[in-house]
Amino acid sequence: MTVNGFLQVGMYVVVLLALAKPLGGFMARVYDGKSTWLSPVLRPLERLIYRVCGVDPDEGMTWKTYAVSMLLFNFLGLLVVYGLQRLQGILPLNPQGFAAVTPDSSFNTAASFATNTNWQGYVGEATMSYATQMLGLAVQNFVSAATGMAVLVALIRGFREAGSRTVGNFWVTLTRSTLYILLPLAIGLALVQTSQGVVQNFSAYRTVPLLQATSVTTPVKNADGNPVLDEKGEPKTETTAVTEQTLPMGPASSQIAIKQLGTNGGGFFNVNSAHPYENSTPLSNFFEVLALLLIGAALCYTFGQMVGDTRQGWAVLAAMTVIFVAMLALCEWAEYRGNPRHAAAGADIVASDVHPGGNMEGKEVRFGIANSALWATATTAASNGAVNAMHDSFTPLGGLVPLFMMQLGEVVYGGVGSGLYGMLVFAIIAVFVAGLMVGRTPEYLGKKIEAYEMKMAAIVILIPPIVVLGFTALAVVTDAGLASRFNKGAHGFSEILYAFSSMGNNNGSAFAGLSANVPFYNATGGLAMLMARYWLAIPTLAIAGSLAQKKHVPAGAGTLPTHTPLFVCMLIGVVIIVGVLTFVPALALGPIVEHLMLSQ
Amino acid sequence: MNQLKPAVLSLVMLTLVTGVAYPLAVTGIAQVLFPFQANGSLIARGDAVVGSTLVGQPFDDPKYFWSRPSATGPMAYNGAVSSGSNLGPLSDDLTTAVQGRIEALRAADPGNTAPVPIDLVTASGSGLDPNISPAAARYQAGRVARIRNVPEAAVLSLVAQHTRGRQWGFFGEPVVDVLPLNLAVDELGTKQ
Amino acid sequence: MQTHTKARPLFDSEIVRGAIVASFAKLDPRHQVRNPVMFVVLLGSVLTTALLFQALGGHGEAPAWFILTVSLWLWFTVLFANFAEAMAEGRGKAQADALRKARRDIIARKLAKAPSNSSFTPADARTTPTTSATLRKGDVVLVEAGELVPSDGEIVVGVASVDESAITGESAPVIREAGGDRSAVTGGTRVLSDWLVIRVTTDPGETFLDRMISMVEGAKRQKTPNEIALTILLAGFTIIFLLATVTLLPFSIYAVNEVGQGAPVTMTVLTALLVCLIPTTIGGLLSAIGIAGMDRMIQANVIAISGRAVEAAGDVDVLLLDKTGTITLGNRQATAFIPTDGVGMDRLADAAQLASLADETPEGRSVVVLAKEQYGLRERDIHALGAKFVPFSAQTRMSGVDFDGRHIRKGSADAIEEYVQASGGQLPVPVRGHVERIAREGGTPLVVADGPQVLGVIQLKDIVKTRIKDRFAELRRMGIKTVMITGDNPLTAATIAAEAGVDDFLAQATPEKKLELIREYQRGGRLVAMTGDGTNDAPALAQADVAVAMNTGTQAAKEAGNMVDLDSNPTKLIEIVEIGKQLLMTRGALTTFSIANDVAKYFAIIPAAFAGTYPVLNALNVMHLATPESAILSAVIFNALIIIGLIPLALRGVRYRAVGASVLLRDNLLVYGLGGIVAPFIGIKAIDMVLVLSGLA
Repeated sequence: MTVNGFLQVGMYVVVLLALAKPLGGFMARVYDGKSTWLSPVLRPLERLIYRVCGVDPDEGMTWKTYAVSMLLFNFLGLLVVYGLQRLQGILPLNPQGFAAVTPDSSFNTAASFATNTNWQGYVGEATMSYATQMLGLAVQNFVSAATGMAVLVALIRGFREAGSRTVGNFWVTLTRSTLYILLPLAIGLALVQTSQGVVQNFSAYRTVPLLQATSVTTPVKNADGNPVLDEKGEPKTETTAVTEQTLPMGPASSQIAIKQLGTNGGGFFNVNSAHPYENSTPLSNFFEVLALLLIGAALCYTFGQMVGDTRQGWAVLAAMTVIFVAMLALCEWAEYRGNPRHAAAGADIVASDVHPGGNMEGKEVRFGIANSALWATATTAASNGAVNAMHDSFTPLGGLVPLFMMQLGEVVYGGVGSGLYGMLVFAIIAVFVAGLMVGRTPEYLGKKIEAYEMKMAAIVILIPPIVVLGFTALAVVTDAGLASRFNKGAHGFSEILYAFSSMGNNNGSAFAGLSANVPFYNATGGLAMLMARYWLAIPTLAIAGSLAQKKHVPAGAGTLPTHTPLFVCMLIGVVIIVGVLTFVPALALGPIVEHLMLSQ
Repeated sequence: MNQLKPAVLSLVMLTLVTGVAYPLAVTGIAQVLFPFQANGSLIARGDAVVGSTLVGQPFDDPKYFWSRPSATGPMAYNGAVSSGSNLGPLSDDLTTAVQGRIEALRAADPGNTAPVPIDLVTASGSGLDPNISPAAARYQAGRVARIRNVPEAAVLSLVAQHTRGRQWGFFGEPVVDVLPLNLAVDELGTKQ
Repeated sequence: MQTHTKARPLFDSEIVRGAIVASFAKLDPRHQVRNPVMFVVLLGSVLTTALLFQALGGHGEAPAWFILTVSLWLWFTVLFANFAEAMAEGRGKAQADALRKARRDIIARKLAKAPSNSSFTPADARTTPTTSATLRKGDVVLVEAGELVPSDGEIVVGVASVDESAITGESAPVIREAGGDRSAVTGGTRVLSDWLVIRVTTDPGETFLDRMISMVEGAKRQKTPNEIALTILLAGFTIIFLLATVTLLPFSIYAVNEVGQGAPVTMTVLTALLVCLIPTTIGGLLSAIGIAGMDRMIQANVIAISGRAVEAAGDVDVLLLDKTGTITLGNRQATAFIPTDGVGMDRLADAAQLASLADETPEGRSVVVLAKEQYGLRERDIHALGAKFVPFSAQTRMSGVDFDGRHIRKGSADAIEEYVQASGGQLPVPVRGHVERIAREGGTPLVVADGPQVLGVIQLKDIVKTRIKDRFAELRRMGIKTVMITGDNPLTAATIAAEAGVDDFLAQATPEKKLELIREYQRGGRLVAMTGDGTNDAPALAQADVAVAMNTGTQAAKEAGNMVDLDSNPTKLIEIVEIGKQLLMTRGALTTFSIANDVAKYFAIIPAAFAGTYPVLNALNVMHLATPESAILSAVIFNALIIIGLIPLALRGVRYRAVGASVLLRDNLLVYGLGGIVAPFIGIKAIDMVLVLSGLA
């Protein structure tokens, strides 16, 4: 790794952590309904929304009502996104005249965006009209993120309240998250991106001449679409000259900003943030990758602030950061080390001041190795799934990092809201084991952790492995599952495992070689995303409801402190051990065996 | 089910705010503040647009600086469908492709025995990478100069002009913009 | 129960024999299904046995010897877990048997009706012989010296010394009498002197002895809250590992198809892997740990009514302790003589001794003792002196002696002042000063006068038990707050509280105030423990989370509490808390150990399972295990043997030390977490070497 690479990555982590407190404190004020510097502008809009919707902002909800509200809202969102895709052919704002999306792909995409997964089976610039992108996808980018935040805030209230039956009002938390947090940040980020070259317009795609004409060779097909064979029995081909290039356009920047901030990740263009119009310069890259983890990290501080002990928030943030930095180091190391086969062929893979070096397959020169590995680790730490390099072409260990980050359950920063509530469930399990070890009924933040909480926590940690391993097992023994592989052998296995790890943890990134836009993957993946989202969110809300009713146990010398380095280590240990023990057999047959074969 | 009404109306209201007002507002501001960038950073030569500074074009003529391999289909640098190769690290196809590219570079420039910069033989993530590394540009300078029959120093000086260091001296990697460089090389002409 | 039960060795040969037999009886699936982890192992054992028969039939997926060995060790795993549970139960049973000896059927002498206490003598009582098994609540029986008490009851008439060693193990007899807090007797104890008329308070089968027996036998054992929560977590882990293992079959089929070499992983290997991964160590020892916790309580001579109470003891935040008997010695004692100006110490000591010679109250005795120990005054015979003892009366509030024309009196300052003023004397100013100072310091001042002249003051003080301060400091380190309960005034209470080192006190306590204090703490989310013996303690005992009734206490107190201390030692609470904590710690430590073990097992089994398909995976065989078969066998054998190896720890419990929670966690994480990762690497390698040497692999 180059010195500059170190510095860029180091600066990233420092800025990320430095912003946690100001943004986290701001969010705590927002959720507590205190006035902020944005209130003069947004408060009237907020009131208007409540009045139109008939919501009493002071009315608390039981966890069940909260969960029903969330499900209803997300289900409606899913219907709208499905409908927009199916009807886009007859709707306005469709300058390229894209036809309706197929039913299975529409279902997959609708589930994907409602669940904050934002897995893309489709090619954005060749499938989705501007209307679908704006009214369907961009809206879900906002509100699916706000939904995750709403679940988290309910859990925080569960810790904070005592003897209460309610965990807050879903509509209020949803609205505030969107208006006060996501919207202002998105506007700021969108403008910064555009200043760097990210497009933002409503023009049709442009055509420009090529400086050097090129040609394309395509197989000749007859009227039925079957290849025509020549006299030797080989498929006949024809060569045509290409003198022009199409430049895609659209309101990209506004959507990219929220897809980064809301840990959505569904790109405007097919290659997501590797596309020069989606992520134009190293500076836009820095802001985009910062936005990936920004809210997730800051919410830790919000959590600490809201439960009245910021040390608790820092401890959780520390645990996340340690895991992140360790995995990042592995990814950087593996990618800088490069592919020995390329070196053997005569390529220079040593990084220097004039040369990116390492494994550049699937990466952009302007980002180099450092920023590509950083992005890959961050996007899978968060449940974002946007990419700025092709993970499928990473070295085996470099690819193992994003794969494993997802398999940890998206709790290292994680999705906005969902990452922290997932991590807090892990903390509940860590507290339980640690609490027993110090000889007391375990308690976290003054709330006793008992059988009911353990049952719900067990469900939360069980669902992702069931989804990931179950669907992967199904795919590797069915023809429909196997047909979509692009690479063969162990890497083909990794592609399938990656796809379900991504959908089964609401990430959305891919080993993109897999042709996932087929009925098998659209259907199984859609199910995986729905299960991974709601079968985690609902038990989390159940925990919130149960905790809210409990008394606060005052801390004493016999209470296990949960803000110490020791507890941070314990929490890291639980997250890593559960992840390792669950997925090591599968990883051994994918990236690990690939690595060993490549090193031979 | 008495939450159905707020569910429907919240979705409508938030769609108006985030799906209509937000993109329109951002577009409005962007078109005022950054019209060049917001519309694709297009390079104009007189009235004609000759490309974008941000989107690469395919070059495999030895008289041009070659851009990075592109995996878009059906032709390289197809702006309509961005794509990487997605070949895995152990893929034989990848190894063969890298070997083939190295051979092609060597064949176009037989005297050059320097190791080939990695970015010149691996496909970019977007398939539209507008850049190559300074090392990759220098590797090709000799060939371009020889074929165009111009002094290598002149070509190298153009390379230097089109090399951008790290942004703010810190972010990213130093790059050479291939399309502007090749436009400049064309202006340098070809001596017979 | 004899006192020697305390010294029962961990592996008593008789218990071991019984446990081995019970291990097989416990293979009953209806029993196993209560423990999800071990039930999975049982299913695995059955599955591999079926595979073995298939292999013997010639269609085996692996060599028969290999399946046989795996299958055998899986059966051993279940048996070892059963053995651990049976061992823990066996130890309880041995104690129950000892108790049961005391519950022989006794012929009781039943009276037609309860006598009125004044006229009754046993000689003219008309009794009907009745077997104790038919005695019901409300029956009245007569028990004379040498006879056994037939059932639990309350004394209606009589005073007697009773040998309760059968219950308490304490050989010194205790006095039981009608009325007050010493009126309860327990069935199976023996009356040594005099006689008692007892009203039976329990129906057959519900006596204290019966309850003790069923408790120690674990017959009524229900899972405690933390145990249920832990079982859920372990079930969760089991499902995860089940999934990780089951999906390996399709993954392996895929790999074989792609690579074109090797064979898909066998069911035998998958079952072995599954059993190694699921937390069998804690799963197998979980119920043994719970039973052993109850057992340790019994070793400490405490009978817990439920396992829940034992577990709750570990969580106690506040201890309410009675001052008298717990913090201080039973009674106040004279600690100093303070003469007034112009009076010699000798004279005061002499007068004080004379005034107390005939005073048989503990305070009076302590004055005599002080005079002897500090001033060398030998005890004199009051009759030899020809003195006349003037006893304490409610009117005079003084006591003393009259002899040789002297009237020596001691009493409260007010009483003496009144007394000397009547004969023209005065309470000197210095004496008044001393009196006030002593009262302020929590002592009791007694003023001594000889006729009209006041000689000085005797200082009486509560004597705080030696080393009790250390115990309280220890409790504080454990995070437990101690609160002293006393009937004294706040000033006195504060002084004693400071001297004893308790955190807080409740002065001028009444049963209502006690109850309110407990509720107050509980509203604040704290768990309260207390001890009590009197009937008026019953409401507070019922309210407290952990309530230890003294065995010498009333039936009402015993009914209200959830533990009974047979030694009637109020400081026992501290031990009870430690045992409760030990119980939880042992579970936590073994859970951590069990899960940490899995890391090494992966390194053993993964390369072995896929050696045929991906030979490169042998790089993960960091232990350099000889062959794939020996690697898998070593892991399975280690997994089974570790259960046996940890039985002593499960029965004894992880040692508790009164240090902060953080230190405790750090140490336990190092030992059971890090140790849990390292130990199996060593163990599996060692077993592999043995297998190679023995030619088995």
